[in-house]
Amino acid sequence: MITDNPKSAPVPSSPAKPIAKLEAAFAAARAAGRKALAPFVTAGDPDLATTVAVLEAVDRAGATLCELGVPYSDPIADGPVIQASYTRALGAGITLDGVLSIAKQASAKVTMPILAMVSYSIIFRRGIDRFVTDAKAAGLAGFVVPDLPLEESDEFDSACRAAGLALVRLVTPTTPPERAEAIARKSTGFLYCVSVAGVTGTRTELPPGLLDRIAWLRTKTDVPIVVGFGISSPEQVRAVAAVADGVIVGSALVRVVAESAADATSEMRSQVETFIADLSAATTAA
Amino acid sequence: MPAATAVSSVPDALGRFGRFGGRYVPETLSAALDQLEREYAQAQADPAFHAELDGLLSAFVGRPTPLLFAKRLTEYAGGAQIYFKREDLSHTGAHKINNTLGQGLLAIRMGKRRIIAETGAGQHGVATATACARFGLECVVYMGAEDVRRQAPNVRNMRFMGAEVRPVESGSRTLRDAINEAMRDWMGSVETTHYIIGSVVGPHPFPRIVRDFQSVIGRETVEQCRRQLGRLPDMVVACVGGGSNAAGMFYPFVDHSEVRLVGVEAGGRSGEPGDHAASLSYGSPGILHGSLSYVLQDHDGQTADVHSVSAGLDYPGVGPEHAYWHDTGRVEYTSVTDGEALDAFDLVAQREGVLPALETSHALAWAANEAAKRPPSEILVVCLSGRGDKDAAEIARLRGLAADGSEK
Repeated sequence: MITDNPKSAPVPSSPAKPIAKLEAAFAAARAAGRKALAPFVTAGDPDLATTVAVLEAVDRAGATLCELGVPYSDPIADGPVIQASYTRALGAGITLDGVLSIAKQASAKVTMPILAMVSYSIIFRRGIDRFVTDAKAAGLAGFVVPDLPLEESDEFDSACRAAGLALVRLVTPTTPPERAEAIARKSTGFLYCVSVAGVTGTRTELPPGLLDRIAWLRTKTDVPIVVGFGISSPEQVRAVAAVADGVIVGSALVRVVAESAADATSEMRSQVETFIADLSAATTAA
Repeated sequence: MPAATAVSSVPDALGRFGRFGGRYVPETLSAALDQLEREYAQAQADPAFHAELDGLLSAFVGRPTPLLFAKRLTEYAGGAQIYFKREDLSHTGAHKINNTLGQGLLAIRMGKRRIIAETGAGQHGVATATACARFGLECVVYMGAEDVRRQAPNVRNMRFMGAEVRPVESGSRTLRDAINEAMRDWMGSVETTHYIIGSVVGPHPFPRIVRDFQSVIGRETVEQCRRQLGRLPDMVVACVGGGSNAAGMFYPFVDHSEVRLVGVEAGGRSGEPGDHAASLSYGSPGILHGSLSYVLQDHDGQTADVHSVSAGLDYPGVGPEHAYWHDTGRVEYTSVTDGEALDAFDLVAQREGVLPALETSHALAWAANEAAKRPPSEILVVCLSGRGDKDAAEIARLRGLAADGSEK
């Protein structure tokens, strides 16, 4: 199942601004006639070493970039699969420093940029400046902060811009058009288009109107548009990739990791690689 | 009207009480919170809205609730005169109904016919189910599985009124987890559903709206004190979990700087982490359930496990306006233990013929103790936020008594 590494263009190493690594990853995908594939991996589920191995596996299998989920005790935007993975990771003792050490170890081994998906509760607790400094030192390229809307984000936005880190913003089906434009203008790295009004988790059908909504957003912004929530199959990836610049696959991969974590590490890696490679193949333009 | 610098002149346009409050929620909820804010502003300016709500508070809830002199408790304490603001006499047995009727009317104005709510002790759940039955709205209540067990009478009453009660098995299976599940429901249903938050917590504009609807408690108390006693009290005491009865009681008093205001948190078994639910006494600034306030949390900002004998106070956060009052020094916050609250339950039951809720018993414990230290010329008002029928079976169980209250 594993074919050639689809990343044909080289990704520059250690750019001055971490966000440049993200921009280069999108450029490389475009140059290869592909759309971006962005898997989501829960940090520390079931442990640090496994997460590093999963990140290596998704990188090898063709992921363009990766979202590293920072476990949080009260994730209101997440469905049962990601919630349960956070609970397992916290139960196993994961800390923010542990997550950052995963990022640091993995970024030395993989070519894809890694972003943190992190609750603002955790950022606030560490302090914005210290959090951004620590994340940059760990090799992260930026952040998705699902509970930090436009109105509350000025201070964190400034800190990210100063450090050259991406702050990826989210638009959802309930976001009014004018607000969506304002969010797109502020988004750096890419724009996260949430497919459904609801929590994370796989769904069998793409929501009606999604493709039109992406096409409309396309006319409003030049940043890459990446679609997430509910996407798990190659068919869904293919449909979304036809209009968007990339897709995020979260809960489905978290489930693959959870179900195979008991296996020998090599077996788990091969299951993760197969799953990602199948999705990656679906990101190539028809 | 209060001056612009008055303690009461919060929140600002972004929902800030000083540095606290705000709106830290997924983008999916932003439009609904904006809609709620607009609708609330329109309703406030609409005499028909006030007329309808006031009519319900009078004929349906039974307001105004009385201010009662607690004669035998005062004699027992031997100091300041103790008065009870009898929210326990409200329809459904607690202050929660003041808010659910107001928000129910807002939901109808917004064209939302499905209501969701969280509940800890079940008082807010019952009050929501009651408002929904009265208004003909669909009602789903999320309740921690542990609370479903310890507050069974309220669960039964919600179901009798047509509400669906969904036990929440995640996390600590208490109020915090019920809020998480209600928020997740709302993420997927926000276009047709209104979430009636039961306390002065959550994202803007909820802390302000709930405070405003509950402020009828304090407004009546101010008026009753002036009429019955000829002056304002020296001290006003209320229990604080999320803090809705306290916010409603205190808000009309905050600009009267001569009145001492005291919030009593759940001290649980001890002051050790995990043994209590006293966010202002032991917590630190953090973000939980959409607003910045004091939170019981660990080094990384993960919410801590908490404990209280009282399901309604068993919550690791507190409303942002309380955080503001705490930091400005306008309100004092303290805590009493499970054991002290249980003793106060007995004391008030036996000396006043009132079974107080375990939440309220925390305020009563502190008030009886403090009254003993104050001169008889002073007046102390306790917000008797709810009645204790719901707790009777759990208290019997904790004491190893039979269901009929006799020794086993």
